[in-house]
Amino acid sequence: MHQGCKIHIENLNLTIGKQSILKDINICIPEGKITVIIGPSGCGKTTLLKTLNRLTDLYPEMKVSGSIVIDDQNVLESGQDITEIRKKMGLLSQRPYPLPMNIFNNVAFGLRISGRLSKRILHKRVQHYLEQANLWEEVKNRLHEPASKLSIGQQQRLCLARGLAVDPEIILADEPTSALDPISSQTIEHKFLELRGKYTIVLVTHFLQQAQRIADNVVFMYLGEVIEQGPSDEFFNNPQQEHTKHYLKGMFN
Amino acid sequence: MGVLTISRQVRNRLHGSWMLISLIFVVLLPFLLGTGLYIKSANLLSNHSISSLLFSTEWKPISGKFGLWPFILSSLWVTILAVLFAVPICLLTSLHITQYAKRWVLSLMHPIIDILAGIPSVIYGVWGVLIVVPFVADYIAPLFGKTISGYSILAGAIVLAIMIIPFMLNILMEIFKTIPEELTEASLALGATRWQTIKKVILRKAFPGIVSAIGLGLSRAFGETIAVMMVVGNVTRIPYGTLQPGYPLPALIANNYGEMMSIPLYDSALMLAALVLFVIVLFFNFASRMAIVRLEKNL
Repeated sequence: MHQGCKIHIENLNLTIGKQSILKDINICIPEGKITVIIGPSGCGKTTLLKTLNRLTDLYPEMKVSGSIVIDDQNVLESGQDITEIRKKMGLLSQRPYPLPMNIFNNVAFGLRISGRLSKRILHKRVQHYLEQANLWEEVKNRLHEPASKLSIGQQQRLCLARGLAVDPEIILADEPTSALDPISSQTIEHKFLELRGKYTIVLVTHFLQQAQRIADNVVFMYLGEVIEQGPSDEFFNNPQQEHTKHYLKGMFN
Repeated sequence: MGVLTISRQVRNRLHGSWMLISLIFVVLLPFLLGTGLYIKSANLLSNHSISSLLFSTEWKPISGKFGLWPFILSSLWVTILAVLFAVPICLLTSLHITQYAKRWVLSLMHPIIDILAGIPSVIYGVWGVLIVVPFVADYIAPLFGKTISGYSILAGAIVLAIMIIPFMLNILMEIFKTIPEELTEASLALGATRWQTIKKVILRKAFPGIVSAIGLGLSRAFGETIAVMMVVGNVTRIPYGTLQPGYPLPALIANNYGEMMSIPLYDSALMLAALVLFVIVLFFNFASRMAIVRLEKNL
């Protein structure tokens, strides 16, 4: 195993029937860094992200092989407590999906599942994570309103707070700003930069500029394969593969 | 502008107005029905007070006594009991199909539900007479130390429950299918188990829909006539237990429609029974709609 890899993906294959969605993926995701996965739509980025916390279990038609090692533990091995593995990873999806409950309970949901807390401590924690997500000031007087009443940008920050509340080590983000306005997007990006170091962040995006702004490490995928990966500077300034060069050019023209 | 364009525009208008007319017709239908029933029962209403008709227990058409209370109660008993039987079965089945089962199970279930829904109600009635009535008489009643014929509120409710299962199951499956998979994923990603996700997220999200499914099931069950009539006993008496026979409103109307001409005001009384049926079903619909609006606000 490589040094400094928080997540080490080896020979990962995913098929649906005869169709191969992910082909022989090998990726090292460094600890405490922002790793951005880019590539045209349909290249398997989102599927890869879902494989990491085994949301692929929901779709029995998906067959997964290979290994994903997180802290010396192969996530794909059966017979593990999958809920514990998932708690290690906060998930931020393309569009915010607030749980059908009020703002407070959205954040408290994960906390309550992890264990019983006194009312006072629960409230403190909820406040803490809402502050972390830059949302507290906006919602502190309306904690008991349904989360669906928030604007979409606020909802996405609520989803971030909810994800942080289970105290993960990794944040998985699937194009988390694609549905947001520029200002809300910026808030999320800034948040990621702040959170880097404490968390290992894996971000899927199709905005190359976004990747350039915040990535430490870039993985470029095309048709289910990893074409190139490496530190952001090298990747953008001196790409090695023809495919990567074309992709970068196409976007910048 | 050429002749062709003009005729095209005219035709366009014409077709548009046809659609509007049929729309108005559909919107007016319930009002027409309600008014028609009211006019037909007005004769009786002018002679008797509405409360004496609704809440009196005496039904003696020959002496001019038309108390509808035993029928209203029978209808409520049979319907509510049927819905109580059907709801848990439908909920669990639809959850299993949409949340746990493989996809081919879903594609298998659709034709099965369609078949169940398409069976004529008289067949359910015959089946009830052959199976459910003896079952109630031989197995259920002895449990309570009773000897009965089996023709009872309970038999009616069981047959009715089976009849509304495909109807409610279909609605519930559609409701659960509309809940985005991402919501399930979000809950699982927070470390919830599958069951916690269903209990705290999916059922919550689906709750207004579940209420509306129950409301529609109630309305549907309340008006069901022939199958219930065949197994429920049709005895004009206030039912005091589920093992006693009952006489629901639709059965009253269907059984007596032929002979109503010979007795004065009888036709009016039956039309009033129909009006009561109509109003109660409207009430179920209205109440479940109100509940949905309320509940959706909190999601």
